[in-house]
Amino acid sequence: MRIKKLTALVALTALAVAALVATSTAGAKTKHRGVSGSVSMTGIWTGPEEQNFQAVIDGFTKANPGVKVKYTSSGDQTPTVLSTAVAGGNPPDLAAVGQPGLMKDFASRGALKPIDFAKGVIAKNYTPSWSTLGSVKGHLYGLFFKGANKSTVWYNVKAFKNAGVKPPATWPALVTAAKTLRASGTPAYAIGGADGWTLTDLFENIYIRSAGAAKYDQLTNHQLKWTDGSVKAALKIMGQIFGDTANIPGGRSGALQTDFPTSVDQVLNATPKAAMIFEGDFVPGVSKSGSKALTDYNVFSFPSVNGSAPAVVGGGDMVIMFKDTPAARAFVSYLATSQAAAIWASKGGFSSPNKNVKASTYKDPLNRSTAIALAHAKTFRFDLSDLQPAAFGGTVGQGEWKIFQDFLKNPKNVNGIAASLEKSAAAAYKKK
Amino acid sequence: MSGGASVTAEPPARGAPPAAEPGGLRKHAVAVGFMLPAAILLGVWVVYPAVYTVFRSFFNATGKKFVGIDNYTALWSDELIHKSIVNNVYWVLVVPALITAIGLVFAVLTERISWSVAFKTAVFMPMAISLFAAGVIWRIMDQQEPGRGALNGVIGAVHDSFSPPGVLADASPSVPSLKGSASQGLVLQKPLGSGGEALLGLTGIPPEGMPAGAKQAVAPQPADGKIVGVVWRDFKPGGGVPGKVEPGELGIPGVKVALKDPKGGTFASTTSAADGTFSFDGVKGTGYKAAISAQTFRKPFSGVAWLGPRLVTPAVMIAYIWVWAGFAMVVIAAGLSAISREVLEASRTDGATEWQVFRRVTVPLLAPVLSVVFITMLINVLKVFDIVLSVAPGSTQTDASVIALAMWRTSFGGVNDFGLGSAIAVFLFVLVIPILLLNVRRFKREA
Repeated sequence: MRIKKLTALVALTALAVAALVATSTAGAKTKHRGVSGSVSMTGIWTGPEEQNFQAVIDGFTKANPGVKVKYTSSGDQTPTVLSTAVAGGNPPDLAAVGQPGLMKDFASRGALKPIDFAKGVIAKNYTPSWSTLGSVKGHLYGLFFKGANKSTVWYNVKAFKNAGVKPPATWPALVTAAKTLRASGTPAYAIGGADGWTLTDLFENIYIRSAGAAKYDQLTNHQLKWTDGSVKAALKIMGQIFGDTANIPGGRSGALQTDFPTSVDQVLNATPKAAMIFEGDFVPGVSKSGSKALTDYNVFSFPSVNGSAPAVVGGGDMVIMFKDTPAARAFVSYLATSQAAAIWASKGGFSSPNKNVKASTYKDPLNRSTAIALAHAKTFRFDLSDLQPAAFGGTVGQGEWKIFQDFLKNPKNVNGIAASLEKSAAAAYKKK
Repeated sequence: MSGGASVTAEPPARGAPPAAEPGGLRKHAVAVGFMLPAAILLGVWVVYPAVYTVFRSFFNATGKKFVGIDNYTALWSDELIHKSIVNNVYWVLVVPALITAIGLVFAVLTERISWSVAFKTAVFMPMAISLFAAGVIWRIMDQQEPGRGALNGVIGAVHDSFSPPGVLADASPSVPSLKGSASQGLVLQKPLGSGGEALLGLTGIPPEGMPAGAKQAVAPQPADGKIVGVVWRDFKPGGGVPGKVEPGELGIPGVKVALKDPKGGTFASTTSAADGTFSFDGVKGTGYKAAISAQTFRKPFSGVAWLGPRLVTPAVMIAYIWVWAGFAMVVIAAGLSAISREVLEASRTDGATEWQVFRRVTVPLLAPVLSVVFITMLINVLKVFDIVLSVAPGSTQTDASVIALAMWRTSFGGVNDFGLGSAIAVFLFVLVIPILLLNVRRFKREA
């Protein structure tokens, strides 16, 4: 979650949005003429993200002068705020949340209204993975408005040039490139091991490419045990990186003390301490280095493992509906259009899952490539750890975060790590 | 106080009995009126939450199912809580005693210096900072990398002045026949004789890490009676062929190369030229070996892992002591100034040494103050929480965990098990009660 705030920092470039707003208003005007009322909404977008979303709202209210949309930010506290509001019987009309688990929880308690009316426009604008993720028992409850692509590897252009290596497309090529990088004098991998979630993200990317989407789904729902052979195989592949301690700045123990922002600057700084980092499209937003895209740093897609087809692991913020009013319906339908997404996309710091947002809308070339890869991915899966019970998938110092840190400490212990993952997952699911 | 009030209330009661009752009632009403706001605040923010916490600890995570004492039995099997209790025991054993001792030493010593006010202000200063902010300061100072953490920066500066890092700290051999380790230096395993050549290729040196003045490496020309060789950065973009001097690969100047004779002694040593070449004259027979000394590869100080699993709890304790030592010093100094000087003078005239005065007179006289400081710290240490959260990074938060932190993490840190969290809170409450009682009794005695 905290990354999302940082993501937006990158994107404060003021741009000529007027033209886009005008086109979107034209599109929306024809559809929802005559709707009136007010819409209350809360969500996780704060700071620059809130401002950009306000521009999206303005695009709607210009076309529908009868509707007032009031967005208040709840930041990281959104789940707590919503749970309290639902318990108190007075939720907002709409909310933007980052956890599919929260949506499912509210839907199963009957607190949410389905948004099946938007199925048509979503089918037109999104790949099927997104509606599957937003559905509970055949009804659509969540509209993904903002996405995040976590299947990216960022690298320092100078370090790659010094070593004479090119962005690798396959796993063996990556390992070879890492050796060459080490010989050239720059360790290959920056690892922010103090933040356990960076390690789970790496595992998820390796797993979906080595075991496939079907097993990924089974593991997500704990229908597959963590002691499964496919998990161990993925851990072994991961161990090729963790085991190469000379190729990590500060070695493994150094990596365990390195937090995520530090690991980003190890790569993005002008004199890099490491050549590449495995993390999502929010990486440049975290950097304090002032480096420039393309000339100083660049990005490539997560390499293919054993010839696997491209797949994207990521996250997303979805809009959910608590009160079914004509005004809320009109606004949700509007958010599903490419015009609405384009308003924010043109401002930067945003990846739309909407595949009809034109590539030229993104001003930053790297933002463009990661966003387009996300929206057009045939296989998209939500971050696995984010779909787990929090005790297992999202808590500092325990569950996945802690166990993958233990794995970084001792990458030979594949069987032991698989066993403790299974033990921790089983305990968390039992409590659930 | 109440005794005094009843005395003043009595005379009018005697003079005019009927008027006494409404007056008493009014007094009562006034008292209640003054008490009420405090009572409401206490009730809403202390009594109700405390009672509800006990109640909540008998329910499961969702709060819908009564689970009896399950949460309390879970306390004993939960690894995090187990670790937290052990850590809390260390805290209780070490920290209050250390803070009291340091405060005592500071208080006694500052009595004798003219700039004591300045010193006391400096030591007391951390008390003005919130504990969380103090934790953040220490977390930054505790960073492992000497360039980022002040503590390791100081240790590193001292360390590196005694054993300066080598010119090629990160280098490693490019071919398997060049063996050794950073501590012993590298030795070319191939025995050399007259007319032999030694190719000492190194990799892992960043371009900006090359010594100034390095030139294109030159393959040595073997000659009779000589052993010639080259030390060079055996890398060009793309990798190149290991063990072969290629265009674009630089020689490394200034590397000390030794020639070991067949018996293991040093035959001669020399320094490589700008193109990396070196040669040894007057070589007879065979069995020589070329070596690069360990000094070349000596790594700079890499930093103590203050925030690693082993040292993180001591690191947090140091931060905590840094904050609270000032408090202890000020309280003890106040107590010290209340001690009669005559007693101290008397014992000095009786021939007691300074140590004896301190040990046998000052400390016993200060005992009440010392126990106040000690017990206050004991209670604080049992409840210690925010500084642990702010000093320990995520990867070692479990290693540094204490009971209050375990309670917070279980309740709000993502797990959101309010049942178990409440049970931990109750457990902590029970631990604090005996010390509180001790304190209350002491207050009563003093009153």
